[in-house]
Amino acid sequence: MSLELYDGSLNVEEIINRWYDVHKDSNYGAIITFVGVVRDESGIEGLSFDIYEPILNSWFDAWQKKANEKNAIVLMAHSRGDVPNHTSSYIAAVCSPKRRVALEMIDEFVEDFKQSAPIWKYDLIGGKRVYAEDRSTKIKGAGILN
Amino acid sequence: MVKVEFLGPISKESLELDIKNLNELTKILKDDVTVANWLANSAVAVNDQLVSTKDIELNDGDKVSLLPPVCGG
Repeated sequence: MSLELYDGSLNVEEIINRWYDVHKDSNYGAIITFVGVVRDESGIEGLSFDIYEPILNSWFDAWQKKANEKNAIVLMAHSRGDVPNHTSSYIAAVCSPKRRVALEMIDEFVEDFKQSAPIWKYDLIGGKRVYAEDRSTKIKGAGILN
Repeated sequence: MVKVEFLGPISKESLELDIKNLNELTKILKDDVTVANWLANSAVAVNDQLVSTKDIELNDGDKVSLLPPVCGG
């Protein structure tokens, strides 16, 4: 629960409405969502993603623990496979009793996700997947076999 | 045997290798043209735990994963 993976574009309305319905009665004063939308740029038709679930799960569990220490929770949904332009591939949320905790945590959560989550992005160009090498980040500790 | 898997854009099938540690793996992968260029940028996990040192012994049935640079979202 709380980490959801889907094939293709995310159904943003269903996911966000459901998260709100599930959590609005838990006395959280702040529920902040971040929705990532695929942009039409550089002639791409969309993006495509590979995910390595075992390490994504442990990364997410560590974040949940960190959030719980501040009486908050984190939520996340992400796409696998192809996601066309102008649809969503990523939603992150923080629910917290306090506004300030949620505002700060959504920033840290999304940025750490970008740097650490084991997900690989490809541009869709002419129906082919091209690894987005120039936008990718080495995971901390990379290169030990070099 | 130790299973070695290559994640994301590294286009290589998994290997089953008779190796005792990550130093032995390094020697094998440096001679592999499809993988050698990924080594400087890839993180390494042993049994799905990211590791930060090469001084790790490997046992029969262990799994080593190479994780190239990531970009979720």
